[in-house]
Amino acid sequence: MFRVTRRYQFAASHRLYSPRLSEEENLRVYGKCAYPYGHGHNYRVEVSSLGPADARSGRAVDPALLDRLMAEQVLHPLDHRNLNLEVPAFREVVPTSENLGIEICRRLKRGWSAVFPGEWPKLEKIRIEETPRNIFEIRADEIE
Amino acid sequence: MIITRKVEFSASHVCRNPALADEENQRLFGMAANPHGHGHNYVLEVSVEGQPHPVTGMVLDLKELKDLLNREIVEPYDHRFLNREVPPFDHVIPTAENIARDIWQRLEPHLRGLGRRLQLVRLYETPDLYVDYLGE
Repeated sequence: MFRVTRRYQFAASHRLYSPRLSEEENLRVYGKCAYPYGHGHNYRVEVSSLGPADARSGRAVDPALLDRLMAEQVLHPLDHRNLNLEVPAFREVVPTSENLGIEICRRLKRGWSAVFPGEWPKLEKIRIEETPRNIFEIRADEIE
Repeated sequence: MIITRKVEFSASHVCRNPALADEENQRLFGMAANPHGHGHNYVLEVSVEGQPHPVTGMVLDLKELKDLLNREIVEPYDHRFLNREVPPFDHVIPTAENIARDIWQRLEPHLRGLGRRLQLVRLYETPDLYVDYLGE
C-alpha cells in the first residue's frame, strides 16, 4: 500500500470576522485577521491518497488526473480570489484555514469518483499551510 | 519513537510498460514515457521505530543508518539510469511507488538484523510529489 502526496499552492485573500460576534469580540478573537479590508496568504495544500500500485502503470495515483481534479475543484475556483466574497461556502462560514480545509476536502470528495472511478485510490487527507508556520490537517473521513 | 535520516540521489528513468502500445504509454505516463529518459533529484527519508537504548540513549546510531543508506541505496542508485543499470528496474517500471518499495526491500532485512523496525520509506520524486511505502 502506498500514500502518494502531491503539493499545490494558491494565493487568496480572506477576512476572519463573524457576524455573530461584536466588533470588539471579533478584534479580540481574530486580531489583525479581522481588519475590515482583509488580507491574503500563499496557501500550500498537500493532498494525500492511499492505494496499491496499479499492475499496468506501477503507480498508485496518476498525478495528471489528480492535478486535473485539483485544478477544476480547488485551484481554479480559489486561486487569486477573495474567499469571503467569491466563494459561496464562505458567505456564512468564517474562512479560517480549518474551514478552508474542510471546503477543499469536500470539493475533492465531490469530484473524486468522476476522476477515479475504481475502488482505489482513496483520498486520505489534506494538509494546508496557511503560512509556513500555521498548518492544518484534515482527514477525508472526518467530514461528510 | 521514530528517527529519520534523509539522503539524496540523482537518477534518470523512463516510465513505460513494454506490454502496452506507445499511445497507451503516452496516455498513462505523459512526458515520463519519453524513451530517452529524464531525471530527478530524489530525496529519501527513512524512518526507524524503536526505544532509546538505556546506555547510549539512541534508537539507532544515525551514523550507522547513514552508512547503511549510502551502501544499500545511494551507491547503487546515484547517477544511474535506473531502467538500464539498476535491477529490478530492467523489468519493473521505476515509478516512485516501485522505487520506494525496492528501497524498503533493500533496507528492511538489514534493519531487522539490527533488531530495529523500518517504519517508513518516503521518497520525493520532486518537492511537490512524494510517495510513502506502507508495507504490503
